[in-house]
Amino acid sequence: MRTILFIIQKEFRQIFRNKAMLPIIFVLPFIQLLILSNAASFEVKNIQFSYIDNDHSAASRELISKFQSSDYFKIIGNFESKKEANLQMEKGKVDVILEIPNHFERNLLTEKKTTLSVSINAIDGAAAGVENVYITQIIASFNQKIQSELYQYNDNSFVQPQNIVTIPSFWYNNTLNYKTLMVPGILVLLVTMLTLFLSAMNIVREKEIGTLEQINVTPIKKHQFIIGKLFPFWVLGLMILTVGLLIARIVFNIPILGNIGLIYLFTSVYLLVILGIGLFISNYTETQQQAMFIAWFFTVIFILMSGLFTPIESMPTWAQQLTLFNPIRYFVEIIRMVMLKGATFSDISRPFFIIAIYAFIINGFAVWSYKKTN
Amino acid sequence: MSQEKIIEVKNLSKKFGSFTAVDNISFDVYKGEIFGFLGANGAGKTTAMKMLIGISRPTSGEVTVAGYDVKTAAEMVKKSIGYMSQRFSMYDDLTIKENITFFGGIYGLSRNKIKEKTAQLVSELGLEDAVDKLVGDLPLGWKQKLSFSVALLHEPKIVFLDEPTGGVDPITRRQFWEMIYAEAHKGTTIFVTTHYMDEAEYCDRVSIMVEGHIEALDTPKNLKQQFNVESMNDVFLKLARNVE
Amino acid sequence: MKRFIGFVTKEFYHIFRDKRSMFILFGMPIAQIMLFGFAITNEINNVNIAILDKSKDTKTQKIINKISASKYFYIEQEISSEYQIESIFKKGKVKAVLVFENHFVKNLQTQKQAKVQVITDATDPNIANTITNYVNAILQNHTQEINNTNQPAYQIQTQTQLYYNPELKSVFTFVPGVMTVILMLVSAMMTSISITREKELGTMEVLLVSPLNPLQVILGKVFPYIFLSIINATVIVVLGVFVFGMPIEGSILLLAFESILFIITALSLGILISTLSNSQQTAMMISLMGLMLPVIILSGFIFPLSSMPLPLQVISNIIPAKWFIIIIKAIMLKGASIEIIWKETLILIGMTLFFIVLSIKKYKIRLE
Repeated sequence: MRTILFIIQKEFRQIFRNKAMLPIIFVLPFIQLLILSNAASFEVKNIQFSYIDNDHSAASRELISKFQSSDYFKIIGNFESKKEANLQMEKGKVDVILEIPNHFERNLLTEKKTTLSVSINAIDGAAAGVENVYITQIIASFNQKIQSELYQYNDNSFVQPQNIVTIPSFWYNNTLNYKTLMVPGILVLLVTMLTLFLSAMNIVREKEIGTLEQINVTPIKKHQFIIGKLFPFWVLGLMILTVGLLIARIVFNIPILGNIGLIYLFTSVYLLVILGIGLFISNYTETQQQAMFIAWFFTVIFILMSGLFTPIESMPTWAQQLTLFNPIRYFVEIIRMVMLKGATFSDISRPFFIIAIYAFIINGFAVWSYKKTN
Repeated sequence: MSQEKIIEVKNLSKKFGSFTAVDNISFDVYKGEIFGFLGANGAGKTTAMKMLIGISRPTSGEVTVAGYDVKTAAEMVKKSIGYMSQRFSMYDDLTIKENITFFGGIYGLSRNKIKEKTAQLVSELGLEDAVDKLVGDLPLGWKQKLSFSVALLHEPKIVFLDEPTGGVDPITRRQFWEMIYAEAHKGTTIFVTTHYMDEAEYCDRVSIMVEGHIEALDTPKNLKQQFNVESMNDVFLKLARNVE
Repeated sequence: MKRFIGFVTKEFYHIFRDKRSMFILFGMPIAQIMLFGFAITNEINNVNIAILDKSKDTKTQKIINKISASKYFYIEQEISSEYQIESIFKKGKVKAVLVFENHFVKNLQTQKQAKVQVITDATDPNIANTITNYVNAILQNHTQEINNTNQPAYQIQTQTQLYYNPELKSVFTFVPGVMTVILMLVSAMMTSISITREKELGTMEVLLVSPLNPLQVILGKVFPYIFLSIINATVIVVLGVFVFGMPIEGSILLLAFESILFIITALSLGILISTLSNSQQTAMMISLMGLMLPVIILSGFIFPLSSMPLPLQVISNIIPAKWFIIIIKAIMLKGASIEIIWKETLILIGMTLFFIVLSIKKYKIRLE
């Protein structure tokens, strides 16, 4: 135990002595949390809308004014020809072109049918899908209004259609605020990246500068060395989490419905998994460069397959099964459940035990693969 | 000098794939002697030494250090030895005092003992003013004297020095050897590798390794007689030529 | 020049002799692009939902069947009371609950209106919103079927054309995005590390006192990574085209030119990082911690930039990855020529020059 304390003391000294690293560890994550949390949103707004009005009728103007009054669309302007509009779309200046045909109003009244054409820049597929929904909704509501107006004038035999109404109700986040999802999520990513990178680099760094050999000729026990090495990063991870949670609460006003102790309980076990992975990488690499590259590889996979940015349910089955090995997946799941839904221990017991077993296995491997003798 | 054996090496070999770095060597080191382990670069000295200190596993052969078998009791061996590596291996980003505290701590010295040792060590080296300086800022000669002292912190029975005087000036080398003598005088066994042949003259006995074999082992005086030359340098050149 | 070639050759040996690093450098980007190309999608499929049917009649059953037949939803369970919703949401088992009101059929026939409540777990607003839209669409479609006997007149139909990615494939967004992340991080990280490594091991001084001038030393260090990154970019594009069916509508030459430009931008950023750091550790942490999330989140790779708050849109301009993603998508999907993307190209060139000039300045200060 005493021996471990000496190692911990030394590691902390080294962390705090490296003046270039301190801002990266203690400032950068929070700046990123503050900035990126505002950026990470799938909400589609400010859609660059343009139109070609070939009809110049009351109806066409009314339709356009519907788009004008919508919060989602920003009217860029009207074009004389399709060609000109298409060029602007190619340049990326325009997202949507609504083309109102000649005799739009006349056809609607006389033939009782007319067609609008809409072009959407689908270079960002996800956004284009949402834009399409908004456009369809606006046109449909315009259409309904026209129908009811015209029916009242012309048609007394009108039968009111049956209608199924959907009443949406968004639980835990009724304003559909992305920050409630992204702030905890990005916090998870930052805590993970920081502890993983630092631990993956740590032992291989001593290998590279030659001090590891000196350690290996001392009678120190493997577990003493490893615990002493990883403990400081474990503390660091919990510190970052604490400051991050404070920022979430105070700056972003994110609710913390559940028991905060649960988050700490889970994080302390979770960090063991991450540190174990870092140690494992450190053991199997010769240089910091290699270690970092492997850590980078896994981090990118862990982040993009965590369910934070894209839904896990939509992945093919094999990929969904792969995410079961992704520790970030569990952390994202749990921090959301506890903070936003107020889940209790019994609700998160399954992922908790999975992570605990994971921690046990990965650290077992890491300790086993750390060799004082080669 | 006693005839009590403190290191016993029998038929020790180390192979890396098809390359044999150390080929079936046997020798003994006696308690309290300064044992010079010589050889050209790449002759296998460092590899052999790493097996003696328990950080490299022998392919075959027996090694007993301070009464323990390195294969089965490497950790017991490590308690009895000190080691100073060829590469400077203290933490550049820690101060002298912090380095001593750390290494003392992992050898299990008490806080009081560490304090006492630190005071003694810095005064012996005349480093009182530099004790809170980062080790990385010290000149090489001081660094090496410091690592030697740190290797002795836990009062080991044997201390292994791997090319301890590489790259330092003649005066510092001289001072370094005075430290080695002083330590040997206290009864510590010194096992030192070097390729400075003048340093070989300071050893009680030397072995000369050429291409994984021990080609000669005796006191410097006897070796010079045996090969009928004036200096250890010539002994070495003769041996190297024989092999070619 | 001859000396310089000799130096570059040495650097190549350095990198290529190390089998493990080679495997890492080439194998990992391929593994990533394959994994992400197949696995990651913004589309929402097979969402687990629960049904609370208070009415339990043939009409509601018909609607439920319709919902369960769609590829978007999987009915995980049927519940019998509102009290259960809280607990199944907390366990994270389902993302939405559809509640059919009492007397559904009766209300529909007598009052011409019946209600379905769509309760979603909105901790992920994107999923919640999409589920609501899908349910809406299915129900609307169903309403139309019921009413098909009295089809209303005065119908406005919409013909929608989706340009550049008509099937809205998310892989078309992810391939350019992943390519950018890989090129940015590999290039910046590898150069910054390899230069600081020389500094740390003290070999940089040796190189600097050699007859090579500092610029040649840096170029020599960077050159192999340009080569490596070009191979990586090529492999990614080839996989994108042949495995994921990405089109290359524009000129391949232009694509190659822009990719090399971006690689050089990333490398010069790496050089700048190396002048700012005293150790490999610092260089790595700056390039990984500093670049990873901004490149993923603020580049338009995953989240639409135009919807972000204005200050963030301004900040995103300093992210080189943003410009490259615009360029590469424009060339591959739109078939854009240089006239369309000259502005973005100039910005990348400007950034590169800025990084290089700043590095040289920093470097000189250090040497003096």
